[in-house]
Amino acid sequence: MLALNNVEVVYDGVILVLKGVSLNAEEGQITTLLGANGAGKTTTLKAISGLLHTERGQVTKGSVELDGERLDRLQPFDVVKRGVAQVFEGRRVFENLSVEENLIAGAHSRRNYADVRAGIDRVYASFPVLKERRHVSAGYLSGGEQQMLVIGRALMSDPKVILLDEPSLGLAPMVIDEIFGVIRRLKDEQNITVLLVEQNAALALDIADHGYVMENGRIVLEGPAESLRQNSDIKEFYLGLNEAGTRRSYRDTKNYRRRKRWLS
Amino acid sequence: MPEFEWQFTLVLLTNGIMIGLMYALIALGFVLIYKATDAINFAQGEFVMFAGFIAAGSAEILGAPFWLSAMFAIIGMIALGFGLERVVLRPLIGRPVIAVVMATIGLAAVLRGAATMAFGAGTRAVVMPVSDEPLELGPVMLPPVQLVGAGVSLVFLAAFTWFFLKSRTGIAMRAVADSQQVSMAMGINVRRYFALAWAMAGIVSALGGVVWGTMLGVDNQLALVGLKVFPVVILGGLDSIMGAVIGGLIVGIVENFAAGYLDPYVGGGTKDFAPYVLMIIVLMIRPEGIFGRRRIERV
Repeated sequence: MLALNNVEVVYDGVILVLKGVSLNAEEGQITTLLGANGAGKTTTLKAISGLLHTERGQVTKGSVELDGERLDRLQPFDVVKRGVAQVFEGRRVFENLSVEENLIAGAHSRRNYADVRAGIDRVYASFPVLKERRHVSAGYLSGGEQQMLVIGRALMSDPKVILLDEPSLGLAPMVIDEIFGVIRRLKDEQNITVLLVEQNAALALDIADHGYVMENGRIVLEGPAESLRQNSDIKEFYLGLNEAGTRRSYRDTKNYRRRKRWLS
Repeated sequence: MPEFEWQFTLVLLTNGIMIGLMYALIALGFVLIYKATDAINFAQGEFVMFAGFIAAGSAEILGAPFWLSAMFAIIGMIALGFGLERVVLRPLIGRPVIAVVMATIGLAAVLRGAATMAFGAGTRAVVMPVSDEPLELGPVMLPPVQLVGAGVSLVFLAAFTWFFLKSRTGIAMRAVADSQQVSMAMGINVRRYFALAWAMAGIVSALGGVVWGTMLGVDNQLALVGLKVFPVVILGGLDSIMGAVIGGLIVGIVENFAAGYLDPYVGGGTKDFAPYVLMIIVLMIRPEGIFGRRRIERV
């Protein structure tokens, strides 16, 4: 459904950040993109949503396609109209707007006010706590509530594809469970395609159908989530388990460092 | 020491309120731009002056009746707002604030020069078709021009308050002011909203130009009312419409009281700087103004 073909991204005309990334997010599935800090995950999302333009970045090679239509030359607001919504890392709510106003702003691409109302009611049904706090300035919400708000706000444009950037970042385990429960329901109940960027690989592989691993602006590994979970390199470097599948003691790390096989 | 003359106080107060509302109208133009685009428009006074010239010029040259010349001023200022945003401000998006500030200061000089070139240096009149006979309410005399001006101000201040709180376009505009990048990801065409903000400021300036032009006459000096915008918006808060109203009223009243009570002792002139003294005090105590948004800090 959403496909990146050999995408190269250059910032400021000289800094090569993505070095030929290809990935596919299948319709109605959760696809996860794993990787360490600075691997290029967020840049990949911005290449899709068109927000690279605002940061002096550019797709210089390759293409981003949604159902065969090129997205990489569109302005961000046109990408939203095609049905792609991005949720930023770090819970970027409109702080000075109330919860409900945030949702209304999120529905900007919809013409009909009745659709907007219906969308707001749907979001409140998924996140009852937001309904309770509908008139509160979003800046005063708790971290978990803000994360729910930004996801709800992205849903207001009635997207086919939703791009989630680190939804678990800085949240309590219980809140994370709730958020991930909602993500799963998006897929199950509304058939929304999800591209999930996460640093928490265990969490992401648990919920995803398919996964990609990124390092240094390249995809180094891909496969069904189940097989990635079994992959010994993933276990070692992303899940913190040893080959036997048990938690590794940090006492051992100095003596032995496994080499990543994909580097060879 | 004469006994306290409440009638005199009442006159100063009502005059202050009338003038204050008209300051608020001009300050509204400034607030609109700051709210939506984060740019500080130092050319607000020149906008008002330019609008006054359009109104006076069209009445004089084309013989247009008052309402038509006011329409010309509004249409002309909308066009000017759109045009300036496109040509001058848009290339500066994403640049440091100081670049935008300098650009608007330059713009102010250009507008003053252009107006003098086009219309000459003489003072022109905008003639509002209302009687010169002041309305007498007890001891208070209200010139109809001021009443109309204050009324227009109130209507537009209320309209814009509604617009920002209730309409989807207004909410989107506030979203743009909050975060441009996130707004883009919500499908909001940020540039279009910048242009809209400048056009709205143009409308408000046009009304200000007509009202103030009627009272003071139209020439280069009309741009000086723009200077009063700064104490008004600092007092009220740079991004608050309510703040523009309250700030305008405070400045209007302080000015009149200073003129009435202090000038006799010091020989005049306090009217012009009293609002600025107040502004400096407010900056020290409450830099974001009475209604300005405070940064929300989460701990």
